[in-house]
Amino acid sequence: MPRPTSLKRVQGAQSAEPPDARGNLPNHAPVAPTYPQDEALARAQAGDHQAFAQLYALHKRRIYSLCLRMVNNVAEAEDLTQEAFLQLHRKIATFRGDSAFSTWLHRLAVNVVLMHLRKKGLQLTSLDEAMEPTHDEGPGRSFGAPDLSLTGSIDRLALERAVADLPAGYRLIFVLHDIEGYEHNEIATMLECSIGNSKSQLHKARLKLRDALRTTSRREGGK
Amino acid sequence: MTNNPGNMSCEQFQAQLADLIGSGEDASRHPHLLTCSRCRALLADLETIAEAARQLLPAELPKDDLWERIESAIQKEETSRQQD
Ligand SMILES: [Zn+2]
Repeated sequence: MPRPTSLKRVQGAQSAEPPDARGNLPNHAPVAPTYPQDEALARAQAGDHQAFAQLYALHKRRIYSLCLRMVNNVAEAEDLTQEAFLQLHRKIATFRGDSAFSTWLHRLAVNVVLMHLRKKGLQLTSLDEAMEPTHDEGPGRSFGAPDLSLTGSIDRLALERAVADLPAGYRLIFVLHDIEGYEHNEIATMLECSIGNSKSQLHKARLKLRDALRTTSRREGGK
Repeated sequence: MTNNPGNMSCEQFQAQLADLIGSGEDASRHPHLLTCSRCRALLADLETIAEAARQLLPAELPKDDLWERIESAIQKEETSRQQD
């Protein structure tokens, strides 16, 4: 792979961050996209720093949101986003285009987060035991009177909040499967657990969310 | 099949619901649901939640200074690589 390593700023491209204008320009986006995405990718692979900055600008929201949803902590999510893009910078020349770049980057970020969670000691393989010390009352059993159910639409913010409140293991699987669209077999590989485990964790996560959302709507006087 | 699935209790039905949903079959066709509105409502809620989750977009932007942090981390790495 050709690697003309030019780290010089590309002149003409909108200058990246303004280190001299600290504090000015609120909502200032670090980089305005200048190349079409394919070209930015090819240039970044060849070592173009400005193009890499553009890839960051294009993907930062998706990657940061992913990290934030997975760990539910702003400082950690920032660190993980940084680590993901740092790894991207190390590995970008090896991207072959077998999959879409955004898919590849997304998977890379998921792995960064999972590595971090493992280091923190979250037992990704035995979520059940970690999450359910007692079996007295599992989430969302619905044997009693037919009480209120969700009325077909869920407030986005209420859902975000409920997801944030899930226990870490449940949240992980729910985010990966239901929000990010990974299949159970992919999740099982990533978490080194069985497919059945992934399915049952997801089910329990949804049951817990249902409980949480029904409680919310009850408290807010919904029907 | 020894027992009639239409006669199972809610508890039995819900105990196998995770597998049923995970199997990829249409869980809403299960015979228990023909007679049980409570479990129908449960399944509908779970589907509503999954559907709402699919529609959650990446919502949050990182702080603007994160790029500066990343950039300086990259530069640090490159400097140390050049010194090797
Ligand atoms: Zn039932």
